[in-house]
Amino acid sequence: MQVTTEDSGEITVTGNSCKRGEKFARQELTDPRRTICSTVATAFRDVPVVPCRVSAEIPKDMIFPVMKEINRARVTKRIGRGEIIIPNVLGIGADIICTSDILKSGEEN
Amino acid sequence: MRTDVLVIGGGPAGLAAAISAKKNGADVLLIERESRLGGILKQCIHDGFGLVRFQEKLSGPEYAERFIEEFHNLKIPAMVQTFVTDLKKTEEGFLATVVNAKGVETIEAKSMVLATGCRERTAKQVFIHGTRPAGVFTAGTAQHFINLMGELPTKRCVILGSGDIGLIMARRLTLEGAEVVGVYEVKPTPSGLTRNIHQCLHDYDIPLYLSHTVTRVFGHDRLTGVEVAKVDDHMRPIAGTEQRIDCDALILSVGLIPENELSERLGVQLDPRTKGPKCDASLMTSVPGVFSCGNALHVNDLVDYVSESGETAGAGAAAYAAAEKKSQRALVPMEAGDGCLYIVPQALDLGADNSGTTIYFRSRNIVEKSIFRIRSGDRVIFEKKYPFLRPPEMEKLTVDLSSLTAADSLTAEVEVV
Repeated sequence: MQVTTEDSGEITVTGNSCKRGEKFARQELTDPRRTICSTVATAFRDVPVVPCRVSAEIPKDMIFPVMKEINRARVTKRIGRGEIIIPNVLGIGADIICTSDILKSGEEN
Repeated sequence: MRTDVLVIGGGPAGLAAAISAKKNGADVLLIERESRLGGILKQCIHDGFGLVRFQEKLSGPEYAERFIEEFHNLKIPAMVQTFVTDLKKTEEGFLATVVNAKGVETIEAKSMVLATGCRERTAKQVFIHGTRPAGVFTAGTAQHFINLMGELPTKRCVILGSGDIGLIMARRLTLEGAEVVGVYEVKPTPSGLTRNIHQCLHDYDIPLYLSHTVTRVFGHDRLTGVEVAKVDDHMRPIAGTEQRIDCDALILSVGLIPENELSERLGVQLDPRTKGPKCDASLMTSVPGVFSCGNALHVNDLVDYVSESGETAGAGAAAYAAAEKKSQRALVPMEAGDGCLYIVPQALDLGADNSGTTIYFRSRNIVEKSIFRIRSGDRVIFEKKYPFLRPPEMEKLTVDLSSLTAADSLTAEVEVV
């Protein structure tokens, strides 16, 4: 895939094998976004960390600020998959959500 | 205890196999040595799983839990924290001896699915010289420390090998504040998926050194550094290119080997190319009634295909268990020929319906415009053009092979055009 940017700011994408390629190339040049996945510390000895991710792609330059917030958080309830750990993290429109029911399975033991 | 289908391993392959066998009418029992189902996906917290199957980018636990929920909804029994110590073929089927907290138990089964996954190659298998300090981990061990235990095992490390788990861990360690000095790959090309090279290394400015290896480790109690060197065309270190790097950990991502200790005990024939059992299209091994799937069959790069092979093996095992008379297979061998690293299945049963046979293969080299071809002697049975093929990226095809006869012997090849 080839991408050229004119002085006028016009972006031309060639050689992409599907439409998503063109969309991705434009996005990547103007506003690169990524998802990040990490873990959040918990208050439970049987499950010291619970996996999490952002609910939507975030600007690439927000990755480390968001990581800082994730590492500051602590889960004190036995939440499940899909539940929000940090709503609208740093006001960028994405939540930090839990990606596993591991805390719930711990409850039974 | 008795069951129709005994599934060994509760990772994505075993879960899919158990679900599929149950849906095909069999009584199923699954044995898992860990305390939770899900296999390696439990610690693969990154996303990208399920793109092929669900058109979604799920994390490992999310992908696994979808199958675990279905498994429980179907009320399939599972024995966790249970280890298989022996497997035997009997007149009626198979006899497994298992051990767990309750003691030793035997299980009779009509058919078996071996979904035992794969194991990481360790430092002992790549001949790293020097002392034996703490701080040399496989990528999977580092992943376990960080993602399940919440412990960061290094502040500054070198990664040897560019396998996918190593690349994923380079990003994960960087996100958690560790410094990854570089990823060193002995081969002239990366081992991992292209998408991981971009998303895990390029995004975080982690350098990748191709044709480089680690030649020595330093440190007494804990690793204090490693020596890296360039290698020549035969992967031998070049004298004079050695360089010492201070670090507290060396993380290895130097390959995965299918785990087949149990298969071998049953006399299952292994393919030296995949290091997994030789199978027919139903994923039955050379021993009738024994099926293989997932990474025990061949190391997959996408879990979607692991689940798919589990479903095939589970359906096959259910059908075998239900059959009153076990019919003899008329097997036509299929071999990986020129340009083809391996092919699964390695044989086809003429008695089976071969009109929609699923085939997995990898090319031997990185190639541009190529033709993948299956032929019997000079007769071309199937051909497909590819714009490019790369060994780290497995290809999957559905092929009509119903025209086969007993006289055939198949060869799969990749020809550059």
